[in-house]
Amino acid sequence: MLEAIDLAARRGFTRLFSSLSLGVEPGCALLVTGANGTGKTTLLRILAGLCEPFGGRVRWRGEDVAPFAQSLRQDVVFCGHLTALKDELTAEENLAALIALSGDKVEPAKMREALVTVTLDRQASLPARALSQGQRRRLGLARLTLTRRPLWLLDEPATALDTEGIALLTRLIAGHLERGGCAVAATHQALDLPAAHVRTLALS
Amino acid sequence: MMAESSATTLGTPATLPDSGVWSGVRWALLRDLRLALRSRAELCVQLLFYVIVVSLFPLATTPEKSQLALLGPGVLWVAALLASLLALPRLFASDHADGTLEQIALSPYPLPALVSGKIVAHWLTTGLPVAVLAPVLGLQYAMDGEALAILAAALLLGTPILSLLGAIGAALTLGLRGGGSLLALLVLPLCVPVLIFGAGAVDAVHAGLGATANLSMLGAGLLVAIVGAPLAASAAVRIALD
Repeated sequence: MLEAIDLAARRGFTRLFSSLSLGVEPGCALLVTGANGTGKTTLLRILAGLCEPFGGRVRWRGEDVAPFAQSLRQDVVFCGHLTALKDELTAEENLAALIALSGDKVEPAKMREALVTVTLDRQASLPARALSQGQRRRLGLARLTLTRRPLWLLDEPATALDTEGIALLTRLIAGHLERGGCAVAATHQALDLPAAHVRTLALS
Repeated sequence: MMAESSATTLGTPATLPDSGVWSGVRWALLRDLRLALRSRAELCVQLLFYVIVVSLFPLATTPEKSQLALLGPGVLWVAALLASLLALPRLFASDHADGTLEQIALSPYPLPALVSGKIVAHWLTTGLPVAVLAPVLGLQYAMDGEALAILAAALLLGTPILSLLGAIGAALTLGLRGGGSLLALLVLPLCVPVLIFGAGAVDAVHAGLGATANLSMLGAGLLVAIVGAPLAASAAVRIALD
């Protein structure tokens, strides 16, 4: 469903990777590994359509997509390094704002259910500035439990999560793959996903 | 039940309304207004800045009524411009820093619509209060009733242009070190026509010409800016994310 053909990227004058091709079928996940600075984040940003590759092209549902293409924007969930939370808003308001921004309609009851799932229900009305780094990440997971989008792009999703949080993340990705979704995750940690549906891409 | 069943099937959200323009404007406007209300202190600081700058001139120049009346419109306009500039760095910078801007750019809503919503929120929190306060502050300059009314009308037409032009500058200077001062250098020259027609409106009335020409020019400028600025600012936001 998601393909990249002959991708090349550079930062400044340094080459990060070139002639990189990959394909992710429905129900499959691609784990991107590699040392720091090998271009994992850049690859995810290119796949998300946030930046233009130096060379090559990205295809989604069999069609070439340019950066910020509408067809990609309505199908992708991108969880970057940055959690996109507003310190002034409460955890619940932040979640509601992010869900509304992605054009999904979610009832408040579902939203509270998602907060319970990520064990943030007691912090729901705390301003986001009072949340710990791990709790901020968990709020991102709450968003994943609510979204119906077929393509998940996760940049270091396990950062700052405790073992329980990582188990939850793994369950969420596995459930997403079962429903026929695609996922690409850049990660250092091994995620306990069904091996048949997971491939690993090592950048160097 | 509906949501239950749809949550288990993947696909594009079925509920994306119309082309999403108005929903996009609404989302950005309501969120930015809510954020502004949560940090009321900052809003007050901007308005106080405006009040103080305007009040300094009569103290520093002359108590002579006829000269003050000449000075008034210009001072009020320059101070409005500075007050609007003061809030500009926040327009995109905090969203850029915490990653919200990435999510905004990847939203299915059209980016110019979301940017427009943010610009409207900026105007409602800076331009509108400035235009409302201006007739009161104008009393310090011994301006008569007609001049005050014209001044307020000109500010109501002109301050949205300042917000719109400012948004382009704010988006272009995203992620730059010292972006704030560069922003001022970039935006202030662009605002010169607004300043000339805006401050000139009151003078035109005093000269017996009527303010229609000036106000029409401001209105025309506003229309051009409404069409062009959100598109330009969106393009600049996308470049900043690259």
